[in-house]
Order: sequence, then C-alpha cells, then structure tokens
Amino acid sequence: MVLSALAFYLFASLAVASAFAVIAARNPVHSVLFLILTFFNAAGLFVLLGAEFLALILVVVYVGAVAVLFLFVVMMLDVDFAELKRGALQYLPMGALIGLVVLGELVLVLGTMAAVPQSATVRTVPVPAVDEISNVEALGLILYTDYIYLFQAAGLILLVAMIGAIVLTLRHHDHVKRQNIAEQSSRQPEDAMDVVKVKPGQGI
Amino acid sequence: MQELLLDYLPILIFIGIAIVIGGVLLGLPFVLAPNNPDPEKLSAYECGFNAFDDARMKFDVRFYLVAILFIIFDLEVAFLFPWAVAFDRLVEGSGWQALTSLGLLSMFTFLIVLTVGFIYEWKKGALEWE
Repeated sequence: MVLSALAFYLFASLAVASAFAVIAARNPVHSVLFLILTFFNAAGLFVLLGAEFLALILVVVYVGAVAVLFLFVVMMLDVDFAELKRGALQYLPMGALIGLVVLGELVLVLGTMAAVPQSATVRTVPVPAVDEISNVEALGLILYTDYIYLFQAAGLILLVAMIGAIVLTLRHHDHVKRQNIAEQSSRQPEDAMDVVKVKPGQGI
Repeated sequence: MQELLLDYLPILIFIGIAIVIGGVLLGLPFVLAPNNPDPEKLSAYECGFNAFDDARMKFDVRFYLVAILFIIFDLEVAFLFPWAVAFDRLVEGSGWQALTSLGLLSMFTFLIVLTVGFIYEWKKGALEWE
C-alpha cells in the first residue's frame, strides 16, 4: 500500500514536472522528448488505477507512434520556435482566463460530488473484480457490442485519417522511375538481349 | 487490485535500476573525465571548413505519410487485441448463430472499412518508395 502510494506520487509529480517542461523547453525537440516522459508517467498512473490495457496502449500508441509523428512535424516544419515563443507572454491573460474556467469547472464537478452524498453511487461505474476477469477481457466484452456505434465510428475516423493523409501528402513525380515487380520478374532473356552473329572482319 | 499491482512490481524495480544505471553512466564522466575545452574543440567539425548550417535538416513529407499509415494499422491491432481475448464470450453458440453474432459482425465491419482504406493506399501507390 505504501509502495503504491509512493509510486503514485513519483509518477504524478514527474508527470506534472515534465508537462511543465514541455512548454518551458527552448528546443522543440526537447519539448517532444519531455512529452514522451509525460506519456510514460501517465501510463504508470493508469497501471496504478488498474487499467493495465490502457497503460500499455498509451505506451505503444502514444509513445511509439504519436510522439514520433510530433518529432517529424517539428523537424519537417523548420519553424524558428524560439522566434515564435518570444511573443508568447502577451497571450498570458487569455491563457490564465482559460485556466481559471477549467479550474472552476473542476471545482463545480468535485464540489457537487462532495456536497451530494448520493452521487457516490452514481459515479462508481460497475467494475468487475480483478481476480475474476482480466482488464482486457472486460473491455473486449463491452467495446464491440454495447459500444458498437462508437467502435464503428472509430473505424471510420481511421479510414478518413488514412485517406486524408494520402490525399494531402502523396505527390507523384513523373520523372521518377518506379519499381514494377511483376514486370521485372516476368522479363525473359529474349526480351532483354539479342545474340548477334558478327562475321569476322565486319562491324555490326 | 493489490495482486494486480504486485504483478507490476518487477517492472517498477527494473525502472529504478535503469534510472540508477543511466544516471551513474551520465554522471561519472563529469567526475572522472578530463575536461579542458577550447573553442576549436567544441566547434562542429566539417572536414576542414567552417560549418555551413545546422545539422538538423528538414524531413521529406513522405516519412510523415509512412508514420501516419503505421499509426492507423497500429490502432487497428490495438482494437483487435481485446476482441481476441474476449472472443470466447463474444462469439457464442455454433454454426450460423456464431457467424451472425454481433461481436463477430461488428469486428468484421471494422476490418472491412479499414481494408477499403488499405486497398486505396495500395492502389494509390502510397506504400511505394520512389
């Protein structure tokens, strides 16, 4: 129990510190690396909550793929981020306002939870006990049937993302030679070369 | 809950060991290695002449396309994983009843939708490198 509390404080404080470092780092590449550290700590927090599948998906998808995408974007854009950040302080009032609104909403939600005792029964989602069913199986039992519309919507979003990425970035250049494997392997020696009998003393 | 967390204790210990080893390897050179820098030692070496520009170049946008396509199929597999674990209880019965069960049809619709995208990208030549 003490160990899990210690782990919670380690992960939570590291997550907050690295999230702050994401916006404070001068070099955008360092920002992305701190973002990866934040994802790792969030995964640790998920494990402490018992959501092991989510934790591993966070590591696989966010750390393995999304962070790499962010790195690509940072390196592709070639924007002088130090120049961009110079004027960032003038947006501070707006940012502070948004932060205050979010804080107010959090206080409202948590305050009503504390003020109305009956809400405890509403907010506890029926979670199956860990020893009778695993986390992944419990998710699998409801994701594909009870939440079928959301699941199919996720599939469609992935399709749109795939097509959108291709439409936006794929450019074919005409002068580039491409490999056609079928043509390559169906090529016969007769197509490629001729045996020329040259009589001695004459040219071709 | 406690048993679940105890399963993850070795990973926590490994993380601790990794942090200690990494920190020691990073910190030892500061103590042990000789350190007397001068501007010539610290400047980038570019075969005799002064460095032209930054070592970080712009990437080609095609790397981004490959990464996006990778993420999409990564997520598809992530969706397949709980389905495979819960397969026994999602697809019950036998024969026609199993074939028309909601859990099976829902996953197959998902897979077909993504296969449409896969055929599109294949035909479009997005997987080929020029």
